[in-house]
Amino acid sequence: MSATMLPADDGIGVRGLVADWSSDRHAFHVSWGKAMMWIFLLSDTFIFGSFLTGYMTVRSSTTVAWPNPSTVFSLHIGATSVPLLLIAIMTFVLITSSGTMAMAVNCAYRRDRVNAAALMIVTAAFGEVFVGMQAFEWSKLILEGVRPWGNPWGAAQFGSTFFMITGFHGLHVTGGVILLLIVATRLLRGHYEKTGNYQIVEIVGLYWHFVDLVWVFIFALFYLW
Amino acid sequence: MSTTPAPSQQQHQQHPIGLYLKIWALLFLLSTMSYLVDYFHLQGYLRWGLIVLFMLAKAGLIVAVFMHMAWERLSLVCAILLPTLCLLVLVALMAIEADYTHLTRVLFFR
Repeated sequence: MSATMLPADDGIGVRGLVADWSSDRHAFHVSWGKAMMWIFLLSDTFIFGSFLTGYMTVRSSTTVAWPNPSTVFSLHIGATSVPLLLIAIMTFVLITSSGTMAMAVNCAYRRDRVNAAALMIVTAAFGEVFVGMQAFEWSKLILEGVRPWGNPWGAAQFGSTFFMITGFHGLHVTGGVILLLIVATRLLRGHYEKTGNYQIVEIVGLYWHFVDLVWVFIFALFYLW
Repeated sequence: MSTTPAPSQQQHQQHPIGLYLKIWALLFLLSTMSYLVDYFHLQGYLRWGLIVLFMLAKAGLIVAVFMHMAWERLSLVCAILLPTLCLLVLVALMAIEADYTHLTRVLFFR
């Protein structure tokens, strides 16, 4: 049975492997670029999922009190201290950037490449503002004595999980900003005009929305919990 | 989605800008509400329940509308969303392990 099922001239060994995996069968009716981006995002979900699970484990197994994020991340406006103010602003900045990205995708599919590129640059600018505020937050906490091995307020694990999770997320935002600027430049130069295929904007958009999605979980589980 | 959609429908995720703006406003509202949970110092199960509720609502809106998952075919939706459920198993195992570690620390290391 197996001999008759095999195509005649597909070869064996590596040639056979390539032939089998590249033959005319497909499960996902989307372009390869979009399918690959989704699979990459799935793997990234597992990375952030493991980080957050690790954070849950150290936080619920320590016998020392966990520092209260509400007061640790508060900002002083005049004499009053507003809890989590900077984090709330960062959340709104990132959601706004997601909105402009969704509109950029819409413009790209209408082949309005100038507006698509402009909206992508606006998205990148919001992303950069977010990274800038994160750098400010890191500097503030480091000045107050937070280190990966300890802090003045309680459980030592607070610093290590904070720097690892927000640092890795900030790295993703920075990578996204670079990707957005590269694709926006190519849009403006008319790079995709030849093929008329503007799906790259949607694929970059998927990555950007994922970065926003991860922040939703970090905001809820790290800052609010 | 019983019939196979035309290829053009598959390749282009073209949706009205008004829809994106509505989702955007909704995300702003949900973020404000989750911030208010902390601002008004809600505690206990009410706090945790509301945090998780708003978190899941926001995540669902982003994945379904902004990432167009609501209009993708079920084969892609299952391939991407079902494996993430494995994380729940990891969370459950680590929660049990953390409880055990906490108990031994309380008993022997204080």
